Amino acid sequence: MTESIRQMGALMRKEFLLEWRQRYALNGMLLYIVSAVFVCYLSFNARRGQLTPIVWNALFWIILLFTAINAIAKSFVQERAGRQLYYYTLASPQQIILSKILYNTVLMLVLALLGFSVYAFVLGNPVKDVPLYLVALVLGAIGFSASLTLVSGIASKAENPSTLMAVLSFPTMLPLLLELLKISKNALDGLDRSISWKEVGTVLAIDAIVLVLSWLLFPFLWRS
Amino acid sequence: MNKIWWKALAVVIMTYVIFWGLLGPVPRQPILNESIRNVSFHVPLWFAMIILLVTSVIYSVRYLRKGRMDDDLIAVEFANTAILFGILGCLTGAIWANFTWGDPWPNDPKLNSVAVGMLMYMAYLILRGSFDDEQRRARISAVYNIFVFAVFIPLIFILPRMTDSLHPGNGGNPAFGKYDMDNSLRMVLYPAVIGLTLIGVWITQLRVRLRRVKVAMDD
Repeated sequence: MTESIRQMGALMRKEFLLEWRQRYALNGMLLYIVSAVFVCYLSFNARRGQLTPIVWNALFWIILLFTAINAIAKSFVQERAGRQLYYYTLASPQQIILSKILYNTVLMLVLALLGFSVYAFVLGNPVKDVPLYLVALVLGAIGFSASLTLVSGIASKAENPSTLMAVLSFPTMLPLLLELLKISKNALDGLDRSISWKEVGTVLAIDAIVLVLSWLLFPFLWRS
Repeated sequence: MNKIWWKALAVVIMTYVIFWGLLGPVPRQPILNESIRNVSFHVPLWFAMIILLVTSVIYSVRYLRKGRMDDDLIAVEFANTAILFGILGCLTGAIWANFTWGDPWPNDPKLNSVAVGMLMYMAYLILRGSFDDEQRRARISAVYNIFVFAVFIPLIFILPRMTDSLHPGNGGNPAFGKYDMDNSLRMVLYPAVIGLTLIGVWITQLRVRLRRVKVAMDD
């Protein structure tokens, strides 16, 4: 048990090192979310506080969804097939997928927090219950990275990964996205937190389903 | 002859369902009126679709465990038939909704969930199309099939129940069984589920045979 945790730590460290050495990819992602936010800001005539809460919320999550798909799509593409084969001789597939999911969760958290602060900075911040909104962001980061990592693993095996990534991930992300939209809308309106618990539970359940599925299915995926 | 008894059963049941569903006695309900007869056609289509999808997933799991190409073939054809039933379910639902809710596609969570579910399975077919290698296509699409099914079930059964919906049994609406159903309707609905499932299996069987012939001819 401790051994496998140590191995996973090493794999995580490898992911971070890889990202740090190719900093242009990370910087690209950061710039992507910032410029997406800015494009939205300008598209709405650059007026602060003019968006209705529902538009504000939906727009932010759509930006986040696209950023997540772009950020996580490369998690299997950026490494050569030969190198991946080498990892698979070193560690079990479960360790590899879990370390990738964990790494992507951290990446998504960074992107989501940056995106949220820039978004709130330029478009105004109507959120009345910021801690609950942040909880929604954390839950979203876990769910997005879990389901998108598996989907990117699937898509990377096919001929045209980038199109397939979008086609495969949009519908599968939707249940998660809808519940997250509900939680964050509740947070936006500053409703009593007891109202959101049911949705938080649902999101946790979906996250758990997706994590377990990734754990179970990835060993079959990497063999091909 | 012992292999066609269930096909004969399907024909008999469906003949009974079509005649008795359209002519038999039904409960009188305000708004629904005669359109309640659609219960015998619209509802069983969804039941049959879920049964076919479960079968498809079972064959995908079997493929991953045993690696027989035949299982993959059967899995994709069950998914195909399920998509066909889903589209038919949407159409019968649209006719019904047009007369009772005043709109063929009202903004209802169950409808939207089903639309997304259909998108997922279309994506499954697209995914299959983008591989050249058969083994690889079989394995990866089996993985996606299982993944999609696990997302589809909460999407269609759990999420609509948590919000307001026009469908019975969702969002605090009473389930169908409570007020609208009576025994005369049940006498048609349950056979219809069995009959449509058998028809679905029949369609799938024919398509699987066609594919097997194609595979044999390619070799």
